[in-house]
Amino acid sequence: MPIAPGCVRLSMGPHPLRRAAQAVAAAMMAGEPLMAFVWKRLLGTIPSLVGVVVLTFFISRALPGDPAAFFAGPAANAASIASIRATLGLDRPLPAQFVSYIADLAHGNLGRSLTTGQPVLTDLLERLPASLELSSFALLFAIGIAIPMGVWAATRINGGVDHACRALVTVSAAFPTFFVGLLFVYIFYFLLGWAPQPLGRLDEIAFSPPPRVTGAYTIDAVIAGDWPVLRAALAQLVLPAISLGLFALAPIARITRAAMLEALSSDFIRTARASGLPVRKILMAYAFRNVLLPVSSVLGMVFSFLIGSNVLIEQVFGWQGVGAYAVAAVIASDYAAVQGFVLMMAVLYVLLNLAVDVFATLVDPRVRFEG
Amino acid sequence: MSLVTLARNTGYAFGENRLTLVAAIILALLTLCAIFGPSIAPYDPLLTSATTKLARPSLLHPFGTDALGRDILSRVIVATRLDLGMAVSAVALSFVVGLALGALAGYFGGWTDRIIGRAMDTIMAFPLFVLAMGIVVALGNSVANIIIATMIINLPFYCRFARAEVNVRRELGYVEAARMGGNGPLRVLINHIVPNILPPMMVQASLNMGWAILNAAGLSFIGLGVRPPTPEWGIMVSEGASYIISGEWWAFMFPGAALVLAVFSFNMLGDGLRDLLDPRKRV
Repeated sequence: MPIAPGCVRLSMGPHPLRRAAQAVAAAMMAGEPLMAFVWKRLLGTIPSLVGVVVLTFFISRALPGDPAAFFAGPAANAASIASIRATLGLDRPLPAQFVSYIADLAHGNLGRSLTTGQPVLTDLLERLPASLELSSFALLFAIGIAIPMGVWAATRINGGVDHACRALVTVSAAFPTFFVGLLFVYIFYFLLGWAPQPLGRLDEIAFSPPPRVTGAYTIDAVIAGDWPVLRAALAQLVLPAISLGLFALAPIARITRAAMLEALSSDFIRTARASGLPVRKILMAYAFRNVLLPVSSVLGMVFSFLIGSNVLIEQVFGWQGVGAYAVAAVIASDYAAVQGFVLMMAVLYVLLNLAVDVFATLVDPRVRFEG
Repeated sequence: MSLVTLARNTGYAFGENRLTLVAAIILALLTLCAIFGPSIAPYDPLLTSATTKLARPSLLHPFGTDALGRDILSRVIVATRLDLGMAVSAVALSFVVGLALGALAGYFGGWTDRIIGRAMDTIMAFPLFVLAMGIVVALGNSVANIIIATMIINLPFYCRFARAEVNVRRELGYVEAARMGGNGPLRVLINHIVPNILPPMMVQASLNMGWAILNAAGLSFIGLGVRPPTPEWGIMVSEGASYIISGEWWAFMFPGAALVLAVFSFNMLGDGLRDLLDPRKRV
């Protein structure tokens, strides 16, 4: 049976997460609301995906700028441009072009990169794990620091942590990610010598990459049991992950603090306090549970930011991920590669938002009953 | 709001928060640099010199020189106009277009609302910086297209804000009265509703300005839009980045600091403006 909205029982029950899991299990057995919600949300991503595909198509085909003239190169004459236009199918009417674009997408054909000569999809899939590795570590770092920080700040308003929290929010809104990345390189590599040279994912002279399983060096090193490589890969990862994570940290900390403050001032907390429950229990079991929903709602914004800034950070640290690939493609005006990158990131973002929404319904049954 | 109250409120906003005053002063200085940049700059920002490559900051070159011997202080000053110009025009464009679309959607509802809403949802379905990259690459690599891309990714925020604000006012008494007086829908919208939603929209715009600067600088950092040797903060940071591992910090530090200063002061001023226009949030 789903828990009634806004009601938190006062009994000394099991751990909140376990209780949440039980609630989910109960809801699933009761059948309808959760699965119905997930299905509805899945269907809801279809318009977004269609929108993404249509917009990407228009960006690539229907805007000024002539790809045919570009592919033909500076020495081309009108005839060769026309023939290239015909081979690319650019002389056909837009709807026909759209149909063949969809057909290509359905076959996973994103075109061929001019710079690497490989299919764009192959290129992207090869580099995606590196970017995901970087972004995941950044996100873990951000969540790991931001949530305790926000909780602490809310329990001691105007205390040290609260001020630090506020300063961090102000600073992270004013600093460009790439500038912070470079500052870190200067401080931790050049001045202090703590970090390895910021050139890529592994010091390739001293180490060879672990055999590829997932494509993420840290995970692959663990799988291969190659501890020195794991250490080296982590050493390369620390600075970029922290400089990226710092910016994801601020919004999460701010929302945690706000949600925690609100929860702490509500009636059920007052009652819990009056009943003499230990502070730890009040904070963790009662108040904290109410923070998870706002945090998951801010995650969508955080993901948008992470995917975008990943590009800049990869550029700073010579990280061979999809972002660096896209930048190289941008500089070489490699249209297919850039469009493929934009499309892949958009799809990834839509899916991440879906995952966040499903997570939100798992933490808070109330979500399921709203529209 | 009479002039006296405006003055009093301005005094209040500045007096209450010294940071807002500091931000306003920094912003005034930046504006001066943007207007008179080329005539204030001690050197020609494009003048290269083989003898003073990567010179440390000194009395002669307070911010040092870059890899081609150009004076960084002059380049940072002259770049102000381009950086602020890109951000201001992008924000102004998304303000106007977003206001128009949002007002139509909020006032007429129905299909207008659905189509505009769906278009905005589609923009929001992309990670915004990535969409901006795609737009600039597709439209062509130029400063104008950086402005257009920044405008497009900001559009949904203004549009949704305007839509919500118009929507709550649509059925209010004074709007009803204006309609009864025989005004057509567009006239009601433009003369009676829009003037009332301008102040909160302005606050949005000033809060948004810092983000627009960061976005434009990020695009030029990865090599979009601005071409060397044009002085621009993002591209200067990117040019200076190559010399960090050999310890020449000034080439990336000063343009980066200029960026931070500009964004920081816009953010602070936006907060101050919000306090000024929305007294409820002062507490």
